[in-house]
Amino acid sequence: MKLAAFDYASPATIEEAVALLASRSGNAKIISGGQSLVPMLAFRLAAPELLVDLKQLQGLNRIDIAEDGVRLGAKVRWCEIERNERLKGAHPLLVEAIRHVAHYQIRNRGTVGGSLAHADPAAEMPGIAITSEAELMIVGSKGKRIDKASDFFKGSLSTSLAPDEILTEIKLPPWLVGRRWAFLEFALRRGDFAIAGVALYYDMVGGNIADIHIGAIGVGDRPLRLHAVEAVLNGRKLDDVAIEDAAKAARESIDPPSDIHAPAEYRRALLTTLLARALRQSAV
Amino acid sequence: MRIPNSYIGRPIERTEDLRFLRGRGTYVADVNRPRQLTAAILRSSLAHGRLRGINASRALAMPGVHRVLTANDFDNEIPRIALRLQPLPQLAPFHQPMIADKKVRYVGEPVALVVAETAAIAEDALDFIEVDIEPLPVVVAREQAEAALLFEEHGTNCAISWKAFRGDADAAFKEADYVRRGHFKVQRHAAMFMEPRGFVADWDGQTLTVWGAAKTAWYNRRLLAASLRLPIEAVDLIEVDVGGGFGSRGEFYPEDYLIPAAAKLVGRPVKWNEDRREHMMAANHAREVECEVEIAARRDGRVLGLRGQIWSDIGAYVRTNGGVGPRNVAQYMSGPYAIENIDLKSSMLLTNKTPTGTYRGPGRFETDFIRERMLDLLAKDLNIDRLELRRRNFVADSQMPYPLASITPYDSSTELDSGDYHAVFDRCLAEFDWKTKEQFSGRLIDGYYHGLAVGSFIEGGAAGPKEEARLVLETDGTLSVYLGSSSVGQGLETIMAQIAADATEMPYEKIRVRHGSTSHVKEGYGAYHSRSTVMGGSAILRAAEQLKERIRALGAKRLGCLAEQVMLDGERARYGNRTLRFADLSAFPIEVEAEFLNNKQTWAYGTHAVHVAVDAGTGRVKVLDYMAVEDVGRTINPATLHGQTIGSIVQGLGGAFLEHLVYDANGQLLTGSFADYLMPTASDFPKIRSSIVELKRCPNNPLGAKGGGEGGIIPVGGIMANAIADALKHLDVQPMELPLSPPRIWALVEAAKSQVTTRLEGENGK
Amino acid sequence: MKVNFELNGKRVETDVEPRMTLADCIRDHLRQTGTHLACEHGVCGACTVLVNGEAVRSCLILAVQAQDERVLTVEGLSREEALTPLQSAFRKHHALQCGFCTPGFITTAHALLTEEPEADEDRIREVLSGNLCRCTGYLPIIEAVLEARSAYTHKDDK
Repeated sequence: MKLAAFDYASPATIEEAVALLASRSGNAKIISGGQSLVPMLAFRLAAPELLVDLKQLQGLNRIDIAEDGVRLGAKVRWCEIERNERLKGAHPLLVEAIRHVAHYQIRNRGTVGGSLAHADPAAEMPGIAITSEAELMIVGSKGKRIDKASDFFKGSLSTSLAPDEILTEIKLPPWLVGRRWAFLEFALRRGDFAIAGVALYYDMVGGNIADIHIGAIGVGDRPLRLHAVEAVLNGRKLDDVAIEDAAKAARESIDPPSDIHAPAEYRRALLTTLLARALRQSAV
Repeated sequence: MRIPNSYIGRPIERTEDLRFLRGRGTYVADVNRPRQLTAAILRSSLAHGRLRGINASRALAMPGVHRVLTANDFDNEIPRIALRLQPLPQLAPFHQPMIADKKVRYVGEPVALVVAETAAIAEDALDFIEVDIEPLPVVVAREQAEAALLFEEHGTNCAISWKAFRGDADAAFKEADYVRRGHFKVQRHAAMFMEPRGFVADWDGQTLTVWGAAKTAWYNRRLLAASLRLPIEAVDLIEVDVGGGFGSRGEFYPEDYLIPAAAKLVGRPVKWNEDRREHMMAANHAREVECEVEIAARRDGRVLGLRGQIWSDIGAYVRTNGGVGPRNVAQYMSGPYAIENIDLKSSMLLTNKTPTGTYRGPGRFETDFIRERMLDLLAKDLNIDRLELRRRNFVADSQMPYPLASITPYDSSTELDSGDYHAVFDRCLAEFDWKTKEQFSGRLIDGYYHGLAVGSFIEGGAAGPKEEARLVLETDGTLSVYLGSSSVGQGLETIMAQIAADATEMPYEKIRVRHGSTSHVKEGYGAYHSRSTVMGGSAILRAAEQLKERIRALGAKRLGCLAEQVMLDGERARYGNRTLRFADLSAFPIEVEAEFLNNKQTWAYGTHAVHVAVDAGTGRVKVLDYMAVEDVGRTINPATLHGQTIGSIVQGLGGAFLEHLVYDANGQLLTGSFADYLMPTASDFPKIRSSIVELKRCPNNPLGAKGGGEGGIIPVGGIMANAIADALKHLDVQPMELPLSPPRIWALVEAAKSQVTTRLEGENGK
Repeated sequence: MKVNFELNGKRVETDVEPRMTLADCIRDHLRQTGTHLACEHGVCGACTVLVNGEAVRSCLILAVQAQDERVLTVEGLSREEALTPLQSAFRKHHALQCGFCTPGFITTAHALLTEEPEADEDRIREVLSGNLCRCTGYLPIIEAVLEARSAYTHKDDK
């Protein structure tokens, strides 16, 4: 599986990078970690004319923890999230989810921005972005813009990024102290893409669930916010009845795909089971 | 007094490791010849169709492309791959042509070959070859067998049906107290060795040298020479380091012909390496069977007979050993149990999928799944303890040699040679600690249902007819050992050196083993059916005896005595107080060649036990403990054998839970990468234990050894399914199909739950 | 395009097409064939090399991306006169059979133990689950890596 031919550039500034992308009318692609892109090139599923390497660009690999939230530069690698001690407390949901990404060697190269731009419906980072209502910073020939996660993911492997745009950063809202959360995914083997996964968090107000966020991966053509399930749970005590109601709502609100690893009805049941277990786990 | 060598039985560290660990192995992808070109193969993207035409003009116009070969470039008659095993004339119509000839019959069938400056250019060129195929209806399942004929002249898609028979099954079933029927399926999966296949072929005008041989180089050489119309002596196949075979690598594939043919046509060395996607559609698939079987028993659990029908989905052609698996499913279904009456029909169905061949324990993995499931079902229905049922049915050592079912056509009979099945069974249960673990059976603990299972198996090995070894005492006093056996990673160099050291009494460090090149011995057979140790090792023993005679004869002349009076002592010949170093015996190397003939299979055997925990909500199965015990008669190197056993078991676990080559209704192979074809990783099955015993030597070879190395895989599917049934017995979940993937286990649980609900509703009059 | 980097301690320069992977560059241009290709799509780990001390899949890196990096292959982790402690542990525990996946395990284990010489069995299994082996069933590999830890805690030269 040798790659088809392409040109390669490694610009020094982001403006140059944008200009290079713009110069090929949609036939240029960004490469950074390459862990999602290069396999596609190996299978000749993608055939860009030009690869623009972000290697030399500065300032895109910062992890910033501040009062207004957590910022991850697009070039931040999974191993860097793993090694960052402050992140564990600053955003435990993110750190837990990222633990499930791929394998050791991939984690040394794969990036936050790469995963978001690739937009695999079963990937963890897009799932966290959707669940926590993240904002994505994007730069293109028309300048800078900010996209909400809920607008960014358009479908399987499809985002709002124009051919000349580069994702530079993701901002997650600040994490509240005392927040309850859980992340559960089911994969056939450790490190595989999730068959289904759930990320959730909520606050407790007067013994009741408040402002619950529930996201699901692997059960649609993009990561999903389970608003219907959230509606069932907000304002309630987390007890067996609530969990049962939430499971029912989840079952009815998703339309999962089938593939060779799992048929749709299994994914549906799996997501429901994971949701119930995640809710129970969050209460501990 | 010198202490005699005793290398046999010791866990000697392997010589091969010294180069493998440093990255200094030479695998075929590491072989390069001056001026070499690289080939890529265009493969059919349709599963069934008539080849109307191929236009390669655009590809040929590309810079760096030298040649494009199609069926038109070969003689009128495209040579075909002949069967190496069970070469029945009625199977001849189904031999695969070396390149697609008028029809394509599976996705992946070679249609054209590009020769170019680099692999990348050759691959680029594939996109520019236009192939005109008129699609035909696709057959991917037994039910569709009438949709289209793969070989119109034959009139059916059933290539052949084998029959395994013993005694009188109909009579046994008539008089049985109990008959149980089962319908089983095992999924298509494959050996999936880590090193992709490859060749480097070089034709110098007189000799064709091909690097990349494995397993059965002598047979392949004969077939290649005949296909290219060259004398055998003009062809040399060289085996370099080989990255795993498991029964699948080394059989003759279309590429074994195409690459050398290309080298001969273009007049420059040609190199080819498959990539993994190619491998998945080109290398032999295996194991896809469906079976409808009945078991007949007495009330006390004594099994009286087996009767039924097996269908093997063998893909689009019958390849070199495509008949082995289907025959074995029928012939070995009785396993280590004394079942006197057998009537099993095993049909080979042609479909528009990749052709199949042997994969470790061919037919045995499948048949043990079927049989062990039937035994547990029988035990449940008759309310007999599962262990007791098996004990009542084992063949006793006193009954050996015990004939197994005969198979026809290509009649073959075999008999179990020796074995104490009860002892190994009990040993396994003891080491596994069945007594303590039994309490967990069916219990729900921390969200998991626990289950146990035990199963026994036989492992045939040491296929004949023979093997050759050549020993050369070099002038520097070292001993070179040339073998017909091949190395596929099993530690051949080390094991054969151990045998040679003990047989010649020469120092282990002075022995060098060379294997697998067709120039090494006159006629070798190779590595398959767990034969190398028994066959190659026994050939070395024979050759060593001859060598010692030669040394004595030469020594006698120089020492002034009779040959019988010469004492051999490590590296010296002695008479009285006169000694002579081996290195000084002759100015020339001293060479002997010997063969070992054998037509009796050896039968290693064993028992495995497992403890699982099942998450009924997700279908996930955790293997908490796995214990394997096997008797191989005599162990040459316990470390390498133990390694093979663990590796084999993990392959079995892959087959039981994870691995599946999936086709869609159009014959497209959906499993094209390691992201879809899931194999076990280091975190999947951490707890596996194994013991090797040497209870019963094999009476049929001088080593007393039985072929081992495949055994581990054989019982895995059966005991896993049984353990899951045991765990979920409160729901009466009965897995009848592999793989036991989470979605399938979940579906069984759901189906069982809804049956319970239906029954309850019925009872409540709803 | 010219690419210039350090391979096993030596500065190398070669001319590559942008599409050439680091794995192919190392194997074909630089003639270090210890790094093996078993899948070419980034799943099996046989092609693992160390780039700036980190274990990475060389079939997923373009050769041109290695510009100015420090690359170490299995050959660079080997010594002529003897096996390294990690290699000896593999041999002792029979942690290889056909040897094809072995270089990838050696480089990965070396990277892991260099960073985490106290890694426990769970961590070792987790990290090595990115490397496929078809022959050994992994048990002896885990045993070998567990034993090799002591060489890294004492900071022996590798």
